[in-house]
Amino acid sequence: MTEIVSRRRALGGLAAGAGGLLLAGCDRVAKTTTARSLFTGAEALTYRANRLLTARDALAPEYGAGDISPVFRSNGTAMPGGGDYAALLANRFRDWRLQVTGLVARPLSLSLDQIGRLQRRTQTTRHDCVEGWSAIGRWTGTPLGPLLAAAGLSGAARYIVFHCYDLIGGTPYYESIDLVDAFHPQTILAYALNGHLLPVPNGAPLRLRIERQLGYKQAKYIHTIEAVASLAAIGAGKGGYWEDVGDYAWYAGI
Amino acid sequence: MADPVPTPWRYRHRLPTRLWHWLNALTVIILLMSGLMIFNAHPRLYWGQYGANLDRAWLQIGPTSTGGHVVIGSIDVPTTGVLGRWRDKQGNVQTRAFPYWATIPSRYSLAGARRWHILFAWLLVVPGFLYVVASLINRHFRRDLLPSRDELRPRHLWQDVKDHARLRLPTGDAAARYNILQKLAYDAVIFGLIPLMILTGLTMAPAFDATFPWLLELFGGRQSARSLHFLSAMGLLAFTIVHLTMVVLAGPVREIRSMLTGWFRLPPERRRND
Repeated sequence: MTEIVSRRRALGGLAAGAGGLLLAGCDRVAKTTTARSLFTGAEALTYRANRLLTARDALAPEYGAGDISPVFRSNGTAMPGGGDYAALLANRFRDWRLQVTGLVARPLSLSLDQIGRLQRRTQTTRHDCVEGWSAIGRWTGTPLGPLLAAAGLSGAARYIVFHCYDLIGGTPYYESIDLVDAFHPQTILAYALNGHLLPVPNGAPLRLRIERQLGYKQAKYIHTIEAVASLAAIGAGKGGYWEDVGDYAWYAGI
Repeated sequence: MADPVPTPWRYRHRLPTRLWHWLNALTVIILLMSGLMIFNAHPRLYWGQYGANLDRAWLQIGPTSTGGHVVIGSIDVPTTGVLGRWRDKQGNVQTRAFPYWATIPSRYSLAGARRWHILFAWLLVVPGFLYVVASLINRHFRRDLLPSRDELRPRHLWQDVKDHARLRLPTGDAAARYNILQKLAYDAVIFGLIPLMILTGLTMAPAFDATFPWLLELFGGRQSARSLHFLSAMGLLAFTIVHLTMVVLAGPVREIRSMLTGWFRLPPERRRND
């Protein structure tokens, strides 16, 4: 028995030591360039695997009216501090314009009324935050694809960038998606949630819904949509606010 | 008794089994600890399609005004010092769910944890698939892991439970094979918990739900899948603790050597009056 006890104690000590080493090791290993390239490699693999497995137009599940969350939680900014947002809000966004710029033949400048008269789509979908929670809401907006086509998207464009009014720590929020998601039928610029104009915490007057990716890709408070060939010159070059600031993956399908 | 006794060695673990075992030992620990950090980002679990702060959680880990607690339904368990409120390495009080020594990275970082988790998820899935193929070809599943009809008889099962409870572990030739409780435990992990972990993990991915919407129906929604993912991770943790305990009791040198080299030295037969 004493042999077992001492053996057990020795092994317990060994396990605790290995655990401590693993912990200290993981924090240190994560900072090495090898680890960083393994992480980004795994992210690229996930992106490619998803694009390979998932049909271009495969729809995110849509829900019934009975599945809608009693309260649609808002996250991040609840009241943007950027630009002249406060003045635009005071005037109920009558002076707000959506700019469609970059690699397009015909740049657009659209009022909320004009956007409301465009093709319309309503979808009851699930919003999944990277933190783990989900909320279901009914969104109404205009599909992004036809809007880009109307602006004459150039063949050189590879990404669509969304510039927003909200600032986090003084830095403007932005996000970007590839053209597969930009032309997906459920990718809409939403102006209504659950039958009402978009509340400010949920991104008034216009936000992105890209239903096959996580919450941080769903840019709120959009003022400009820019078509680009590369993300390198925007922000810190990783394609989004959280990607730049917090090392979040650019592809957020998982 | 005939003397001398032939050298009591048996070739017990084939190479694919050994490789997968040690890779998984690392993978499962990293997935568990990075998973606990991801849980820390939203330390609440729900059943159904949706669930956020204002919805009813069935499990919640967090701080109270003075301590830390775990709330399961209507049961409130104080966990001050370990869960919900604990001191970090510098001695500062933190109010995250799982403490620094249980998470990867040790300091709060959801993005960092996701990077570890997704990298090692690939290392669970791809080698796991290769192991399954190899084990079908080399008949590892059939020869070592498939319970026989005799072994599944209640009397046999009960005898094995009694032997385990008395710590009368098999000796001689019987020790070279898996006993029925071992087979059932390994089968539950290989064909139950690990596939459940992978499928519930994929169900949480919005892109995957567009590809395989039936996953949501199978698990009853994304938040149910998240709850099941957490519960099966706890199941794997429980298995790991029991597994390590049994290795220690059965003779750690003998067991670890056999998982490293494949060769198992049979434990000597018990003497009658032992």
